[in-house]
Amino acid sequence: MTAKQKGWKELPIAGLCWKPSTEYFTGDWRTFKPMLDEEKCTKCLICYIDCPDVAVKWKPEDEKIEFDYNFCKGCGICANVCPSEAIKMVLE
Amino acid sequence: MMSEWKFTIKDLAEKPELLMAGHRACAGCGPAVVYRQILKAARGPIIATNATGCMEVVSTIYPYTAWSIPWIHTAFENVAANAAGIEAALKVMKKKGKLKHDHVDVIAFAGDGGTYDIGLQALSGAAERGHDFLYVLYDNEAYMNTGIQRSGGTPHGAWTTTSPAGRVIPGKLRYKKPITEIMVAHDIPYVATASPSHWKDLIKKTRKGLEVEGTAFLHVLAPCPRGWRYDTSKTIELAHLAVQTCVFPLWEVVDGEYALSAPSKVIALRPERKKPIREYLKGQGRFRHLFKPEFESVIDDLQNIVDKRWRRLLKKCGMD
Repeated sequence: MTAKQKGWKELPIAGLCWKPSTEYFTGDWRTFKPMLDEEKCTKCLICYIDCPDVAVKWKPEDEKIEFDYNFCKGCGICANVCPSEAIKMVLE
Repeated sequence: MMSEWKFTIKDLAEKPELLMAGHRACAGCGPAVVYRQILKAARGPIIATNATGCMEVVSTIYPYTAWSIPWIHTAFENVAANAAGIEAALKVMKKKGKLKHDHVDVIAFAGDGGTYDIGLQALSGAAERGHDFLYVLYDNEAYMNTGIQRSGGTPHGAWTTTSPAGRVIPGKLRYKKPITEIMVAHDIPYVATASPSHWKDLIKKTRKGLEVEGTAFLHVLAPCPRGWRYDTSKTIELAHLAVQTCVFPLWEVVDGEYALSAPSKVIALRPERKKPIREYLKGQGRFRHLFKPEFESVIDDLQNIVDKRWRRLLKKCGMD
């Protein structure tokens, strides 16, 4: 939240949403946290395509995946779909 | 003719995220996975419109928006009319030379409430007028946004707050409406069913739906951990089981020609791979009461209807 809120004269009309959701962190909803075992990871990226929260990031330059803990809600889909069991959910 | 678009999962990972992080869907949300996968099939500029529903609420909580493409919310009943209007406006702008792009795709998103029940007339009208847009139905099988009320898409025997399972009734009494067949009967160029567990199939079908001239309809199963009462990590697992048990077979209809998609074709060719419906039901709290002795017959009833619909589908696909 910004210190000074916009008044009705500055707000865009028609209920237009003007802030990107990436400024709102959903990571603190989490109870369990995904941890990646890079030895086991085959980089199949199935966790990436099945993540509801865009919290699995593919870094092509380093050829590896990373979790974005600012947004991960800890649902555990990634650990469940991982064919090589490289992701573990640990209590935060 | 449709182009054969070839892609790998890494190509998709390098495409921009059209539904961004920070939306406030529940942990393990099936519809959010579906939206992300659908939007990965984008081939150029897109305008999206969304009926009232879970994904409309969670993606745009004022003043935040999770959309990085033009997006408009509309009432429950008229998302298809809205998409038709957008498409008609784009056509006129193009004619007058006011459109910067060669082509802009239009996608209408709606849940099962906004499609099976409330939005059916607008969808039927838009399909009949032949507007060129893709309609995506994300089917989480009840009105989850308002707190799990039954819809036309809720399966037989499922518990919801308006079809409570108890001593009198075993959950919902009626059967799931075959909405995809209703859309096939509109004789539109492309109709398909898809599941997020088979992401490649889903993305290919979305691209086909965008490519065809005229209305395309995509019915996607979207498991909901809150409404279906299962652990948040099992979203994709359940979608996969729905395909394997033939509760939700994957098929497409191109210009009236039925064809099974690969994951269901495997089951049609080797029927021993078809799993019993119990495996799908036992993981979900909304069907928990069916495992009590007094409601055991409902499971057989459900198995019968799944088998009947599967046989009917095989016949249509010429695979019986």
